[in-house]
Amino acid sequence: MSVGMSLLAILDEAPTYGLRLKQEFEARTGGVWPLNVGQVYTTLDRLERDGLIRPVAGEAEGQKAYEVTATGRGTLEEWFQRPAKMDPPPRDELVLKLVMAIRHPDVDASDVIQAERKGAVELLRDFTMLKRDPPAETDLGWLLLVESLIFQLEARVRWLDACEARLDRSSAHLRTEAMPTPARSEETIPTEVLP
Amino acid sequence: MTATVELRQVGKSFGSGHVKVDALADVSMVVEPGELVAVMGPSGSGKTTLLSLAGGLDEPTSGALLVEGVELATLGRGRLARLRRQRIGYVFQQFNLIEGLTAAENVSLPLELDGTGRHSARKQALQALELVGMSELADRFPDELSGGEQQRVAIARAVVGERVLLLADEPTGALDSVTGESVLRLLRAHCDRGGSGLLVTHDARFAAWADRIVFLRDGQIIDQTSVGEGPESLLSPTGTG
Repeated sequence: MSVGMSLLAILDEAPTYGLRLKQEFEARTGGVWPLNVGQVYTTLDRLERDGLIRPVAGEAEGQKAYEVTATGRGTLEEWFQRPAKMDPPPRDELVLKLVMAIRHPDVDASDVIQAERKGAVELLRDFTMLKRDPPAETDLGWLLLVESLIFQLEARVRWLDACEARLDRSSAHLRTEAMPTPARSEETIPTEVLP
Repeated sequence: MTATVELRQVGKSFGSGHVKVDALADVSMVVEPGELVAVMGPSGSGKTTLLSLAGGLDEPTSGALLVEGVELATLGRGRLARLRRQRIGYVFQQFNLIEGLTAAENVSLPLELDGTGRHSARKQALQALELVGMSELADRFPDELSGGEQQRVAIARAVVGERVLLLADEPTGALDSVTGESVLRLLRAHCDRGGSGLLVTHDARFAAWADRIVFLRDGQIIDQTSVGEGPESLLSPTGTG
């Protein structure tokens, strides 16, 4: 959906054809989300079928060009005004991994946390380096995208720190209570460490 | 090349007997000239202790600490104090500027205390303030400056003269995100000029400005980042990356 809306937004600036749309989309997103040409044409077919775009009379550089219809402009306006969907929350591999790790008998969740934290910090450093010395032709959209990745990685590290603290409190609680060690599959998290 | 600071199996304990606490245990690390190293870890992991030892503000219980190849334990009190004053600069979360002195006077003070003439000290202070983009506010008093500007003055004070090692303990803690980033740019610039920096922070976004990030936990180094592949492999603003 978001690719379709993005192509619609680019088309709304000026009518153009598929290959140029693909190049423009990739340039604005720093090549993070590459599109294949087939995907672009499938999306354009769908937008045309839904009455959001229509072919422009004639051809541009030998290619079939499109423009946005009045319906398309209305849909685009609504997209810009409506908050991006977070419900249901997007599935996150890291969250799933940790949720599984805390129960798995052969996995030390602390090791998983540290490996993930190190990976995130390394990536964060590399993105920061990129932002520090941006290439000459950098545009604002690209900078926003890099910063979005930086903030997401920061959030990831903060969440991992919080997980570690919660895990520490959980094991400290188990030690002080001197509870008989339950079978791992029956182990429960003490209520004190839950929000 | 001699490391700017080197910790060799350094340990630090507080108290004794039943109340003995090992704040650091067997920590080995180096910071090379031109390098900015960040230390990350939860509260109580020993970050600040590590920084105090690296700056000669405290003595290790075991192991050795070298600054520019000189083992600190071999120095007498006077020489150690001189080394601290002349080669090491400190930046803290609180800017610790002296209220009754202007920005330039705050920066020149450590030089004057060290015997530099007033005229020369002011000249060097203005140079340091220029490095942090504060030349035009050199004659303002701390209460006439924003938090970010005060931290810039504190950084100028930390790098003025011939200081090579900059030790920073949560320097962005009292600043907003954008101002915090400008502080990191200054620490980075100090290292890019050939100086060295050791930064303690719990904030990954600021630690990410370092060349290397060391993870500390329960007084021990448990991990550190490896050298990156370089940003070329990540993103390209032209969409070809």
